[in-house]
Amino acid sequence: MPKYLLIMRGTDESNAAMMADIDEMMATTRQFIEGMVKAGVLLAAEGLDDPAQGVVVDFSGEAPVVTDGPYGETKELFGGFFLLDVASKQEAVEWAKRVPAAPGSKIEVRRVPGSDEVPQVGE
Amino acid sequence: MGTADVEAVWRIESARIVAALTRFTGDFGLAEDAAQEAVAEALVSWPLASPANPAGWLMATARRRAIDAIRRRTALQDRYALLAADLAVDSAVDEEADPDKIDDDVLALMFVSCHPVLSPEARVALTLRVVGGLSSEEIARAFLVPVPTVQARITRGKKTIAAAGVPFELPPAAERRERLGGVLSVLYVIFTEGSTATSGDRLLRPDVAYEAIRLARTLAALQPDEPEVHGLLALCELTAARFPARTGPDGSPVLLDEQDRRRWDFSAIRRGLVALAKASTRGLGPYGLQAAIAATHASAPSVEATDWDRIVVLYEALGRVAPSPVVELNRAVAVAMASGPAQALTIVDELIASDRLPGSHLIPTVRGELLARLGRRPEARAELELAARLCANQRERSVLLRKAAALS
Repeated sequence: MPKYLLIMRGTDESNAAMMADIDEMMATTRQFIEGMVKAGVLLAAEGLDDPAQGVVVDFSGEAPVVTDGPYGETKELFGGFFLLDVASKQEAVEWAKRVPAAPGSKIEVRRVPGSDEVPQVGE
Repeated sequence: MGTADVEAVWRIESARIVAALTRFTGDFGLAEDAAQEAVAEALVSWPLASPANPAGWLMATARRRAIDAIRRRTALQDRYALLAADLAVDSAVDEEADPDKIDDDVLALMFVSCHPVLSPEARVALTLRVVGGLSSEEIARAFLVPVPTVQARITRGKKTIAAAGVPFELPPAAERRERLGGVLSVLYVIFTEGSTATSGDRLLRPDVAYEAIRLARTLAALQPDEPEVHGLLALCELTAARFPARTGPDGSPVLLDEQDRRRWDFSAIRRGLVALAKASTRGLGPYGLQAAIAATHASAPSVEATDWDRIVVLYEALGRVAPSPVVELNRAVAVAMASGPAQALTIVDELIASDRLPGSHLIPTVRGELLARLGRRPEARAELELAARLCANQRERSVLLRKAAALS
């Protein structure tokens, strides 16, 4: 069955809005996650640390180049994900609409192909 | 919003809505009818105007339909009952906010849908429809039966529940374990239909198996202290992990010894092992033991490198807690791998002598394989041909015939 990754994309503004009321956000997120567990659809969920704390390894040149800080000029940065095992794309979207996301952020919904769809090693 | 969007919302909300309405009307059949009316209305009105809160819309509409139904019923009777019901149903939405209560209600819904007064077919249909949120059409497709058959099973099931006066509550402590076993066996029947289709031209129907896994996950979340729930979930995850390797490009079955293990779904294996660990807290039950067997296969790099002695021991334990001729037959297969075909043949011949699995293609299949390994080719061929005649799945049958032909 299709798996979908709900990719959280926050902006500086939405991240700030989220941090302003972090306790409330944590509580509603926990409730949301519990709902998905009880619906039998949640496979994994993680939130990421501040993008400024990240490191980028760039393979443009001959040897990988490591730089500190957020990824490029992108305004909406990957801030966390939910991996869902749902019946349809529409259901993934329906769950995405229920994510307690801060105003201004976006959620990208991407299908994860099954292992029988990926070309196999040695073929 | 289109049909698929309505269905998606319904998949998520079905159990909670029917559970809340059953709690407050005290009538499972009425609640289910009202919920279905709400879905039918959503299918008509949502494409024209999407509600801001689809889940709330469904609950409110279902609640109104339930009240309408109660009004019709009590029109000439007790007006006080009507008032009481009205109030109760009104509070249903507010009560829904209490997560513990709604969890118990969803659990009660599973127990009602799998109640022993129902026929096995009705249990499966009601569970998928009410708890899983599938339509009659989807259930019919899953079980390869006509839609009216599914509808009749559901209608009859609801009447049976009403006639038997089945209360909407968690079973009393004394019956709890046994009734939970009933729920587990319904989920396993659904899973098995997906993992070894009993009929039709496809060996696997992963979408059907998925429904069982999803329901098992729900049950595991609601009954976290019941090891066998985790055992069933582990068994389903570990079995489904092998699906990608179980059929060839043309849909023909690929048996365990020929499977490309790189195709196994390793994240499903990992989930299965996590569930198995939770199932192992107080000694394994029948599902947990089967999961442990599947886990032994899942962690082996090849058939040869599989811990067959461990699998024999696990089958012996399974045979003690849940004796069955199929378990005995599987034990024979494991013994053949651990200690050779001659010893295994003795077990199979004892099974035949006791005539505990008459008419099944499984015994001649295994016996044919064992005889082939012992070099008794004409006998082996006759057994495999017999197995092919008895086998209902076309894909499996052609594999048996191919093996028989290779022995001539």
